[in-house]
Amino acid sequence: MSALLSTSALTAFYGDFQALFGVDFEIGAGEIVAIIGANGAGKSTFLKSVTGLLKARPGSIVFDDSPIGGMAAHDIVGRGIAMVPEGRRLFPSLSVEENLMIGAYRKRAGPWTLDTVYGLFPALKEKRRNPGTALSGGQQQMVAIGRALMSNPKLLICDEISLGLAPIVIKGIYDALPRITQDGLTVIVVEQDVGTAQRVSNRLYCFQEGRVSLQGASGELTRDEISRAYFGL
Amino acid sequence: MIDWINTIAQGLLLGGLYALFALGLSLVFGVMRLVNIAHGDLILLAAFLAIVITSVLNLHPLLSLAILVPLMFILGYVLQRGLLNFTLGRDILPPLLVTFGLSILIQNGLLEVFSADSRSLPGGGIETASFQVTEHLAVGTLPLIIFATALVLTAALQLLFARTALGRAFRATSDDQQAAQLMGINNRHIYALATAVAFATIAVSGVFLALRTTIAPTDGPAQLLYGFEAVIIGGLGSIWGTFAGGVILGVAQAIGFRMDPGWGVLSGHVAFLAVLLFKPTGLLGKGS
Repeated sequence: MSALLSTSALTAFYGDFQALFGVDFEIGAGEIVAIIGANGAGKSTFLKSVTGLLKARPGSIVFDDSPIGGMAAHDIVGRGIAMVPEGRRLFPSLSVEENLMIGAYRKRAGPWTLDTVYGLFPALKEKRRNPGTALSGGQQQMVAIGRALMSNPKLLICDEISLGLAPIVIKGIYDALPRITQDGLTVIVVEQDVGTAQRVSNRLYCFQEGRVSLQGASGELTRDEISRAYFGL
Repeated sequence: MIDWINTIAQGLLLGGLYALFALGLSLVFGVMRLVNIAHGDLILLAAFLAIVITSVLNLHPLLSLAILVPLMFILGYVLQRGLLNFTLGRDILPPLLVTFGLSILIQNGLLEVFSADSRSLPGGGIETASFQVTEHLAVGTLPLIIFATALVLTAALQLLFARTALGRAFRATSDDQQAAQLMGINNRHIYALATAVAFATIAVSGVFLALRTTIAPTDGPAQLLYGFEAVIIGGLGSIWGTFAGGVILGVAQAIGFRMDPGWGVLSGHVAFLAVLLFKPTGLLGKGS
C-alpha cells in the first residue's frame, strides 16, 4: 500500500527552538492512525507542519505523491487535508450552518454536504441558526468535525477532539467515526487518552520530545511498551 | 420650529456624506483591525482623480465613477497585497506608521501636482438644484443623492457580509485568521479584497465631496476625523452603526452651526466625546 501522507526526517522550529527532530511518519489511504504523547511531545507541532501553519522543507512532507512541505495552509486544504483544530476554534460571528458552509470554501467535490453532515449529527440541524459558540461542548465539537468534513478531504486530522468533554460525549463523537470513514476517508487522531487512541485506530505513533518513540499496530502494543514510550522511562 | 426641522434635515443629509467616509474605515477595521490613517487623503486623491477624469474625458462626475470605482478597487487590492499586508501582525503600530507615511506622501503628491488652490467638481447644475418638500422646507438634490447612496451602499455592504460566501470569509478571517486558513481561506487575498471594497467606497466619497464643496490637497485629515468619529459613535464592527454614527455626527454639526456658525465642527466633536464618555463601545457596538 502506497502512503497517502508521509513525512521523512521532518524538523520544525519556533524561532531558534527546535520542536521536531526528524519525524518519519506514514499513513496509507483508508487507514486510521492515532498519535499519542505527553504535552510538549510535538504532536501539535507535527500537525502544524503538515497543515502548513509551520514552515517545512518541501520534500519532507509528501501528500498524494506531491511534496507539500512549506506550502500555504489554504492551498493544502485545497489538496485535501482538513483539520479539526484543538479547542475547536469555531467562528463566533458565524452561525452553526455558516460555520459548516465555510468548511466548503474550497468547493472540493465529494460526499459531504450540509445534508449529509446533518444526517451524521442530527442535533446540529435544529441549532443551525444559532451562533456556533452558543452550543454545548460536544455539539461544538460536532460542528468542528462537520466543518472539516465539508471540505471533502482525503485526509482528516482530529486534534484532541476529546479535550474538555465528558466521557459519554466523547464516546458519542467517536461512535460517529465508522460512518465518517465508510467511504474510505483516511484519519489521523491525536489523543491524550491512550485507551481511546488504541481502540479507534489501526496503527499508533507515540511522540516523545519531538521524536517518534514508538509505532506499531494499535492492537499489538502493550501497556508497558506505550508507558515507556510515552514517559521515556 | 420649521427652522429646527430644516436644520435637522440638513444635518441628516450631511451625515450621509460622513457615513460614506466612514464605511470604508469601518470595513477595513472590522476585517483586519487596521486603522487606515491615509483614508481621508485617499478620499482627496479620488476627488482629484475624478477632476482629472471628468475634464480629460469630458464626462459628468457621476459617470466618472464608472472609471474611478474600478480604478480605486484595483489600487486598494494592490496596496493591501503589496504593502499593508506586511504591516499586519500582533503589533498595532506598524500599520499606523505606514498609513501615516502614506497620508503624508499622498498630501504632498497632490500639492505637487494640483497646487494648493481650492477646486471642485462641476456637477452640471445638480450641486445647486433643490426641491421644495413643504412651503418652508427645501432640500438640496445633491445632498439627497449622497444620503441615498450612503444608505444603499451601507445596505449592500451589510448584505455582502451577512449573505455571501465572501462575507462569511470576511467574518471568519476577522474572528480567527489562522483557523480561517485551515478552512482554505487565503487571508492575504481576503484582506486585499476588503481593502479593495473600501477603496471603492473611497472613490464614491471623493466624487461626492468634490461635488458638494471645494477641496484642497490638505483637506484629507479632516475627512479622516469625521469618518473615524462616525465609526466610533456607531460602534466598531457594526455596519449600520457606522451609518448611524455618520448621521448623528452630521446632525450634531448642523445643530451646532445653527446656534453659532463657529460651533458646527466643534459640536460634532462634543457629540463624539459624549458617546466615548457614556457608551465607549459605541451605540451599536458589539462590546468587549
